[in-house]
Amino acid sequence: MDFGLTEEEKDIRGAAREFAEKEFPDRARECDLNDEFPRDIWKKACDLGFVAPYVPEEYNGAGIGYMGTCIIVEECTRFDPGIGGIPMMIALGSEVVMLYGTEEEKEKYLSKIPTGENICCFAVTEPDAGSDVAGIKTTAVKDGDEWVLNGSKMFITNGTIADWGIFLAITDPDEKKVHRRFSTFIVDMDKAGVNATKIRGKMGLKASDTADISLSDVRVPEENLLGERRRGFYNVMGFFDRSRVYIGAMGVGIAQGALDLALKYAKERKTFGKPLASNQGIQFELADMKTRVEASRNLVYKGAWATDNGIATPMDVAIAKWYACESAVKNCDQSLQIHGGYGYIDEYDIERFYRAAKVTEIFEGAKQIEKMIIARGLLA
Amino acid sequence: MDVIVCVKKVPDTAEADVSVGAGGREINKERLTFAINEWDNYAVEEAIRLKEEDEGTVTVVTVGGKDKEDILRRSLAMGADKAIRLDMEDPEDSFVLANVLYTLIKDQKFDLVLFGAQSGDFNSGVTGVMVARMLGISHAAMVNGIEVLDGRTKTSRELEGGLNEIYEIKLPALFTIQTGINEPRYVSISGIRKARKKELKVMTPADVGVTEVKPMLSLEKMYLPPPGKIAEIIGGSPEEAAAKLASLLKEKGAF
Ligand SMILES: Cc1cc2nc3c(=O)[nH]c(=O)nc-3n(C[C@H](O)[C@H](O)[C@H](O)COP(=O)(O)OP(=O)(O)OC[C@H]3O[C@@H](n4cnc5c(N)ncnc54)[C@H](O)[C@@H]3O)c2cc1C
Ligand SMILES: Cc1cc2nc3c(=O)[nH]c(=O)nc-3n(C[C@H](O)[C@H](O)[C@H](O)COP(=O)(O)OP(=O)(O)OC[C@H]3O[C@@H](n4cnc5c(N)ncnc54)[C@H](O)[C@@H]3O)c2cc1C
Repeated sequence: MDFGLTEEEKDIRGAAREFAEKEFPDRARECDLNDEFPRDIWKKACDLGFVAPYVPEEYNGAGIGYMGTCIIVEECTRFDPGIGGIPMMIALGSEVVMLYGTEEEKEKYLSKIPTGENICCFAVTEPDAGSDVAGIKTTAVKDGDEWVLNGSKMFITNGTIADWGIFLAITDPDEKKVHRRFSTFIVDMDKAGVNATKIRGKMGLKASDTADISLSDVRVPEENLLGERRRGFYNVMGFFDRSRVYIGAMGVGIAQGALDLALKYAKERKTFGKPLASNQGIQFELADMKTRVEASRNLVYKGAWATDNGIATPMDVAIAKWYACESAVKNCDQSLQIHGGYGYIDEYDIERFYRAAKVTEIFEGAKQIEKMIIARGLLA
Repeated sequence: MDVIVCVKKVPDTAEADVSVGAGGREINKERLTFAINEWDNYAVEEAIRLKEEDEGTVTVVTVGGKDKEDILRRSLAMGADKAIRLDMEDPEDSFVLANVLYTLIKDQKFDLVLFGAQSGDFNSGVTGVMVARMLGISHAAMVNGIEVLDGRTKTSRELEGGLNEIYEIKLPALFTIQTGINEPRYVSISGIRKARKKELKVMTPADVGVTEVKPMLSLEKMYLPPPGKIAEIIGGSPEEAAAKLASLLKEKGAF
């Protein structure tokens, strides 16, 4: 057993940290305040190989697997959860092409994500179906050599900035087995009938775009059915089994960032004539936070390592995602508390971290869903 | 153009709580993080730019143990071609170090040797200049611009008060580089990947033929400056305070 990172992984960590530390802090607050996606930073991240780094080199990715991806995500979200999401949030759904797409689809779509030629989105959730993926209502009906899609998607990351998206729709409503009623499609976002509306008023993570998307009589060629017909639900689960690893890394990054902020503040701030950090009550809080970071990091690394080695179970990944993201929320809460009244004001970064953290317990499978998966693994 | 760049790994003391160790001759290093000296990073970037404009190679050199290799790999990832680590303890005395580096560099092929203008830890700013003297080549310190001409360079140096001095210097030469001469690139993943295939040579003092020389300085004592009492609280109405502050700043030469 070896708990150390390889030399290459350490170098990747150093490179990502330097980039995030220099590029994000000056922009983080402004992007959050204005719901602004920082295109320039995204482009730079692409040039450095930080975007969708799990994509194999033959499709222009860095080919460093989920372990490498997690290291980058962790370092980036440590400096800002919103901008720090760029390495993977901008590529949500690209895995579906990577895992189930044809050679042509990989060339045409996947290979443009790491280079920054394209942004994609992953559209599963609907107004009436989030956790219950099989409850979606969007339909795709065959008409000659085209599919015609109708429905509406909700909370779709990159909805207004994506060039293409992966959409889950019902193709076989009469299929007896519910999970075999769905297929996944690649839809170019400039197609007639695709309408994306930016969602404003998000609590946090505002540097990341989120949108509602309506599909009305959107026609896509037959070959845009991605992977096998009737396998759509399984494709989506295959995606989640991977994306949850790096969302877990986002949890680790936020938890670590919250600890960094707490440490700095507790050393500087004086109450009752001495630094906050000299109170055992505060020290114990810092110790709680550190322990959560370490536990989360190890769970996430295990999940990433198992994924890269093809031996991950949905349970491994669900454990990592749930625990790391809950740690992010708890650490932000404790860190903000240590900041006292200042933590409640947006001049202090912890305020932004606190608002951002919560969503990690909701998207890519809410924590109750992770627990359902863990329990299923236990009871199966 | 073949360029050699000497780099050093230094503690990041900008934000850290620095304390002096029990012996009084060293700062406590356990809790500090280390990285390439900031000035050296500009020197590496400059060397790579010179190579990219013209042809040639960039070799980065450091003196120290294996834990110093990450700054060499980092420089290789930025685009340097070759790295050498001289496996011995960093002497930390500028003269001794200059002698070591001179011994190593004199047998290498080079047109230009670059150093950082100073290092973030000891700030003495003399190592490069001493190496130039030992090599018997021209040098310029605090360089903030290099233009390569035929067998010469047009080199600008930073003086006080925003003034620049421009020299034409015959190659081979040695320059110590000032921050701000360029904007160092970030390390990319493909760079990290390529770096792994580049040569990182480890040499011993015996390989290079390092001879022992005596340090010219000895460190007596290190201490944190005692907190001063020179802070002045400016009172009065906002108008009065502003006027007082402005005249103070003027008096101290800020304008
Ligand atoms: C910022 C943001 C970005 C997003 N990006 C995307 C995206 O790119 N693509 C996409 O498809 N979706 C995206 N989503 C949607 C997200 O995946 C869903 O919000 C999430 O799956 C939860 O679904 P829901 O909101 O419908 O909640 P619901 O499914 O209605 O669940 C509500 C609550 O009840 C719990 N719950 C549900 N069922 C059970 C049960 N059986 N037992 C116990 N508890 C249960 C849930 O855990 C949750 O806490 C995004 C959401 C946000 C906020
Ligand atoms: C929206 C808002 C409205 C407010 N309105 C008012 C108002 O109307 N009037 C007013 O006077 N004030 C007001 N306040 C200020 C508020 O009462 C203070 O923020 C609060 O008392 C905490 O003080 P502080 O922010 O200086 O935090 P600090 O005193 O610096 O404390 C920081 C953290 O350290 C903890 N801590 C401090 N000392 C110790 C110790 N010895 N051991 C362990 N832990 C310790 C604190 O519990 C806190 O978690 C307001 C604040 C906000 C955010």
